[in-house]
Amino acid sequence: MKASAFNYTRAASVTNALELLAAHGDKAKVLSGGQSLMPAMNLRLISPELVVDIGGIGELRGIAVAGDVLIVGALTRHVDLARSPEIAAHAPLLTEAVAHVAHPAIRNRGTIGGSLAHADPASELPACMLALGATIVVRGQAGERRIAAGDFFTGIYQTALSAQELLVAVELPVAQRNSVHFFHEFARRHGDYAITGLAAQATVTGDVFTGLRMAYFAVGDRPLLARAAGRLLNLPVTPASLSEASKALVEELDPQEDQQASVSMRRHLAKVLMARCVSALLGRPDLNVGGAA
Amino acid sequence: MSISLEVNGERIEAQVLPRLNLADFLREHLKLTGTHVGCEHGVCGACTVRVDGEIVRSCLMLAVQTHGASVETIEGLSDSGEVADLQAAFRERNALQCGYCTPGMLIAAQDLLNQNAEPDRELIRAHLSGNYCRCTGYQAIVDAVEDTARARAGRKS
Repeated sequence: MKASAFNYTRAASVTNALELLAAHGDKAKVLSGGQSLMPAMNLRLISPELVVDIGGIGELRGIAVAGDVLIVGALTRHVDLARSPEIAAHAPLLTEAVAHVAHPAIRNRGTIGGSLAHADPASELPACMLALGATIVVRGQAGERRIAAGDFFTGIYQTALSAQELLVAVELPVAQRNSVHFFHEFARRHGDYAITGLAAQATVTGDVFTGLRMAYFAVGDRPLLARAAGRLLNLPVTPASLSEASKALVEELDPQEDQQASVSMRRHLAKVLMARCVSALLGRPDLNVGGAA
Repeated sequence: MSISLEVNGERIEAQVLPRLNLADFLREHLKLTGTHVGCEHGVCGACTVRVDGEIVRSCLMLAVQTHGASVETIEGLSDSGEVADLQAAFRERNALQCGYCTPGMLIAAQDLLNQNAEPDRELIRAHLSGNYCRCTGYQAIVDAVEDTARARAGRKS
């Protein structure tokens, strides 16, 4: 289908965009790369009265390192993340994850800010933000708010961002020297939305986890940081402790059933991913006993 | 709204409604019907074109967003001879049947070959994963892209 009629304006600056959003509120939609907004408009799932195109705002572009923080502008495209030496050096989880975001033609337009503001529970970047402990920086006319990724995603396509605010950047802690990461998703075809996926960031000292953040996606109404990962910290992992953590994981998941997978299939795949992740990060093939997938 | 852009090297000035997407602008206004419209929500890849040298879904871009940009369609790539060998390989390998997906396939494949002179089959499949073919199947398409990559590599050496 085609999008219904709307008015269109190019915002000249963040200040200008915020004026427009303040005036039009939820009747306006922000257009960044358009790779989520345009499908939704073409399918007439949403019909904004005004589209505010922020694509030309230079101050929202770019990747910078400031001390131990990596600052990624909202208009940074997936392809920019994939090619960035700063991201590869300081947040390699993202480099690996963006390869799974849709297809090359989509990655050439889609932006990190757009993906996070859209908050599809099956998409990769929101989960990565949780795994990396990101801060989402949003600006309104009243000023700036800095929201922890864990508080930002509030439901299917729902975030803490108000209709008058603009997501301007994300801040990521620079990866520590002993940090390791894991990313894997099950999808029917490369680039499809995940059936179940896991983005994880960990610190390993000797043969134990001293930090482990496992962020699942496509297993609930928002990305989920698994509390069960806490059971694997500061102790040598055994098949028994992994099995306990796996049971605890299933308890905290609330997956949806859809055409792609049943609830029990998603729970099973989540367990498989936990075993693969722990086994890969600790270099312990003996722990990969989560079953076939 | 008035827009000014370049399409296949030619300067275009036009008046368009904001809701008009790039695919429809190319097809309906400029009569460049080689850009096909399949799903209209970014899944099938039939509408793939190049904007400022990068492949995009023209159904997921508004015509007004191309103001100041350079757009290349399959007509441009075909007329310039840029993809002549790829087109010949598609014919040779039976990599098209109804032809609906072919313009998008050619543009996506050319994009890969521009970035990577000798992609393996897995990489070819990954790069074309966003382009659907509903009749001939992918094996022959991957064959054609692989043949072209080899031929081009051979020509260079």
